[in-house]
Amino acid sequence: MILNSLKVLFLIALSIIFSSCVSSTKYYWGEYENLIYTQYKEPEKAIPEIQIQKLQADIQKAASKDQPLPPGFYAHLGYQYLQVGKAGEARQYFNAEKKAFPESAALMDRFLKKIK
Amino acid sequence: MIFSKLQKKTILLGTLALTMIGCATPKNYEKFRAANPRSILVLPPKNQSTDIRGTYSFLSTVTMPIAEKGFYVFPVAIVDQMMKDNGLPSANEMHEISLKKIKEILNPDAVLYINLKEYGSKFVIIESQTTVVATGTLVATNSGEVLWEGTVRQVVSSSSNNSGGLAGMLVNAVVSQAINSTVDHAHNVSMTASQELFMTDGQGLLNGPYKPTEKK
Repeated sequence: MILNSLKVLFLIALSIIFSSCVSSTKYYWGEYENLIYTQYKEPEKAIPEIQIQKLQADIQKAASKDQPLPPGFYAHLGYQYLQVGKAGEARQYFNAEKKAFPESAALMDRFLKKIK
Repeated sequence: MIFSKLQKKTILLGTLALTMIGCATPKNYEKFRAANPRSILVLPPKNQSTDIRGTYSFLSTVTMPIAEKGFYVFPVAIVDQMMKDNGLPSANEMHEISLKKIKEILNPDAVLYINLKEYGSKFVIIESQTTVVATGTLVATNSGEVLWEGTVRQVVSSSSNNSGGLAGMLVNAVVSQAINSTVDHAHNVSMTASQELFMTDGQGLLNGPYKPTEKK
């Protein structure tokens, strides 16, 4: 009983901390960081095909919420396309990363040069 | 009964307050402000804990707080893979790369080195305790100067249902440990630790160029 109520109290406290951080994010985060964690922990659950599907869904959701996607997102998606041999899509998203964040140019150009 | 409940509540709230406040010494942001970095390369954290999952658990929690503080954060998994492809199998080797080489390949304004001192759950009689302790050091790529250093310590206790006397408690402790390892309690603690390390006002990172308001 006591421990249960403690647990509840703790969860409430945690959710307050979380919500205070998450509610006002600049970017739409979606699955990006979850996928990164999963690809190391259980790679079979984050193969490129799955990542592409989830990240594409995030692009839709971000658009519907009118929020930008975070740094690294498009690059990561482009990299997944590269893994499955879809050079056209890979190029498209590496360019999208560069356009959204010019700081990524050195890295993105490296990949773009490889693709052509 | 009531008293112990209150006491526990107090302890819990006290712990929370402590983790939220963090250490109170004001930081010197002079070099950070002068260097004014736009982009940050986060290398996979070195892991001093015994749980090998620590490095990638923590690595997958850093992009959000640092990007929300207004910086460009290089795609962490791609960077990790690139380094592995170039003969650097682990975080320890990656932390040894020269800034000159990093600048040549990725050209970040600053590099963030994270050291995971503790990561994981252990159980103490009837509760399991999850601890994440990490330090971060932000270094300017051009000058090699340290722009910022921070430490975070997060300890979260989770308790199981108390029923069936001592034997029940022990069973619960074992069960709770098993649950903890499957739901990855430590990873959730990594998330809060990472947010606290980088986002705490007056202790975390300054705001970057993508968060131009309230820039100090």
